[in-house]
Amino acid sequence: MLAFSLFAAPALAADTFEQTHPKVVKIYGAGGFSGMESYQSGIVISPDGYILTVFSYVLDTDYVTVGLSDGRELDARLIGADPRLEVAVLKIEAEGLPCFDLSKAVKLTAGSRVLAFSNLFGVALGDEPVSMQKGTVSIVTKLAARRGVFETPYRGPVYVIDAITNNPGAAGGALVDTDGCLAGILGKELHNSLNHTWLNYALPVEEIRKSVEEIEEGKFVAERDPEEARKPQRSLDPAALGIVLVPDVLERTPPYVDRVLPSSPAEKAGLQPDDLIILVGDRLIQSRRELVEEMEFVDYADPIELTVIRGRNLLKFTLQSTAGRDPTRGTQP
Amino acid sequence: MNRSARFYCIALLLLTAVRALASPDAAVLEAESRRIAAIERAKDAVLAIFPANGRGGGSGVVVSADGYALTNFHVVQPCGYYMQCGMADGAAYDAVLVGLDPTGDVALIKLFGRDVFPHAEMGDSDEARVGDWVFAAGNPFLLAADFQPTITAGIISGVHRYQLPAGTLLEYADCLQTDASVNPGNSGGPLFDDQGMVLGINGRCSFEKRGRVNVGVAYAISINQIKHFMGVLRSGRIVDHATLGARVGRDDEGRAVVKEILDSCDAYRRGLREGDEVVGFGGRPVNSPNSFLNALGIYPKGWRVPMSFRRDGRRHDILVRLAGYHGREELLKAIGAKKSPPPQPTPKPDKNRKKSETLKNAAPAVPQIVADHYKRKEGFSNYYYNELERKNVWDGWMSQSKPGESRGPWKLTGPLASGGEYALVIGESDASLKLSSTEIKWTAGDELGDTLLPPHSGGMMPALFLWRRLAVEGPDRFGDVYYYGTAPLPGSDRFDGLADVLVGSYKGVVCRFYFDPAEGRLLALEMFPDEESDPCEIYFSDYGGKDGSMIPGKMRVRFGDEDFATLRIEGFKIEKQGEN
Repeated sequence: MLAFSLFAAPALAADTFEQTHPKVVKIYGAGGFSGMESYQSGIVISPDGYILTVFSYVLDTDYVTVGLSDGRELDARLIGADPRLEVAVLKIEAEGLPCFDLSKAVKLTAGSRVLAFSNLFGVALGDEPVSMQKGTVSIVTKLAARRGVFETPYRGPVYVIDAITNNPGAAGGALVDTDGCLAGILGKELHNSLNHTWLNYALPVEEIRKSVEEIEEGKFVAERDPEEARKPQRSLDPAALGIVLVPDVLERTPPYVDRVLPSSPAEKAGLQPDDLIILVGDRLIQSRRELVEEMEFVDYADPIELTVIRGRNLLKFTLQSTAGRDPTRGTQP
Repeated sequence: MNRSARFYCIALLLLTAVRALASPDAAVLEAESRRIAAIERAKDAVLAIFPANGRGGGSGVVVSADGYALTNFHVVQPCGYYMQCGMADGAAYDAVLVGLDPTGDVALIKLFGRDVFPHAEMGDSDEARVGDWVFAAGNPFLLAADFQPTITAGIISGVHRYQLPAGTLLEYADCLQTDASVNPGNSGGPLFDDQGMVLGINGRCSFEKRGRVNVGVAYAISINQIKHFMGVLRSGRIVDHATLGARVGRDDEGRAVVKEILDSCDAYRRGLREGDEVVGFGGRPVNSPNSFLNALGIYPKGWRVPMSFRRDGRRHDILVRLAGYHGREELLKAIGAKKSPPPQPTPKPDKNRKKSETLKNAAPAVPQIVADHYKRKEGFSNYYYNELERKNVWDGWMSQSKPGESRGPWKLTGPLASGGEYALVIGESDASLKLSSTEIKWTAGDELGDTLLPPHSGGMMPALFLWRRLAVEGPDRFGDVYYYGTAPLPGSDRFDGLADVLVGSYKGVVCRFYFDPAEGRLLALEMFPDEESDPCEIYFSDYGGKDGSMIPGKMRVRFGDEDFATLRIEGFKIEKQGEN
């Protein structure tokens, strides 16, 4: 019944607020122009002043300050960052701070009731407490599910929240359960380029804990993006198949075939000008850029299956580059 | 029979077992039913407000049985003085604009068409805690064709928030922040607590790149601020917020420190200086410039409130009179401005909506009842209500007992608290004060502020002259008299509520008369010889000597930081006219 406690006893949320908000801090740094806020949020992860936050342009200055719940504003030092997870650790000179213990973080499932703490819109100043919002975890899923939709290097699992938690300035804030136990940190604002919606999500602590601890200990080494690692050493590209696409003039140029080079794999397979490529394998392709990006995951020597729309027909072709026999035609990895 | 009874029992047992399995915690169900009950209680008082042309609109809430309702200034701004209000009973009621607070984004309107309106009670927004369950009610996106309010639930996300002025005037000080969905059209609607009490009026959201829809961050004007303004809004005036006359900024340690101060303001005369640390305002602790702005922003122009500051480690407690935040022209311009600030949706035309159709097709002609309750005058949003309240205060005072039909001079006698006797005569154009050794004569010149006798009283004689003048001549013949609204009287040791205030101007001075709203009696008057001087304050008490007479038993005269004199009134006589 704990899951329902937020509704059953509203006072409980107020208690959770009192014990949790002092562990969330306001971070001030670079920005402040053209829609780039110069503030974000962070959480205290040790009594002696280690602060976990997101790695962003806000930290891109020598003058980062951290605002504590008691109104103190202290200069912060960037200890390190993991650009792949987009998390950073700061250090302030302080003692006895109320803090979260990353090793005691809880794991959430869809349906978990949560509270989000952040300095959204920079509305809290000085000793004013950060804002608290309530919501539910809608799903635990991977951001990579739709490559090209969200511009973020992070591809791991996230808690998607049904409340609008990821507002300007909220990144780095805390996602806790109704008892105030830490579950994740709020991510940066993510805009879905397909439907122009914004994602509200948090990075689970378990996904970032190892990196954070290594940064704290000063022995962090950025790992190679596992997604990048999946790419072959030498990839395929449309030119290698003899496909000339229409010029990339729009944000989302439809991947129409403009020309097919004579005696190329494309011509041999039967591809024609004005074919619209819509599938690579079973992955939906919605722009010229996406097509090129998707091909980067195919080894130059492997066959590739393209599905195109020609008039009213859906046609499937299998192409294989001859570049294997003529390395000069391939692209650099 | 037996068999069917047994069957019934088994069925019942089974049903109970199934229900026990399927139903959640009893506490959850109880919370749910409490929630439903609170919404049920509250929703009948919620308004969907439309301008007569049916374009745009917002929300509101009725707060008194006789039909006074609150909404946002920016909701009524496109309406002019006449609007229509849909209620949960499905009917649309005519309403007239009463008072406007363009700075606080609040408007008071009055509904017609029912003897008793369902209304919501005002709660205590200072008691709201982050995490408290709340719900917003209103007409987002102008969805409700049947005027049933849309309910959105959330929690309090922050309290005592300060939102910088947007545009020229609008300032949300000391507001509540909620994650309940507040969308265009919700403006002016209430934010309720779990009991269905009004905590605030929803009016502003943080909108940025995501467009004008809810982003989980909405701000409500606290109902406690509106309680301060209720009286001044009922005056039918365009009311202003307050300034201290000093700029308060933060020092190196984040404290609220006076950075600059005007030497013409009351706080300066009370001793506040540059460099002083503000530690309290209006009975609230102040520990940052923001908390000072929050504490100041909830007061109307013209109130006198306690303030504390620290200098050299010593705390000083003073009372300060708050001046207006904006110039008169600035306020009038804001009212006339065509551009309206926050969410201002335009409904899409929808032919299936019968009720909104009738609204749209309503002749732009103003209904008679609204026309009868509206009077135009510059500086007022609706002068009709000023005259009405002025008359109420006057009638209340006169109901005590009239000073008599005679227009002759008043003669007051009695002992002085400091020893000795006095005899005071207040006439039609002069006054005299006889003490054991001296006699002071005063004559009303063209500028009453020129002769502030007796010395060091701040003008006790002209002040008492104006007291008699109001009683004898009445507000119509006194000079220019308007109803200010309600204000506290912290200088009085006898009265701690909000008094009804009439402001009269005559021969270059301004006089504020404070009346007890329950008893109708005059509690005090303050005569200001000019805008930059301390007034002469006279506190009247110990009424009821002779058959509930309007003549008090005691007058305490105060000027600046000192009591000037306390006079007991043992003899009161109205001389026959001409005899002096």
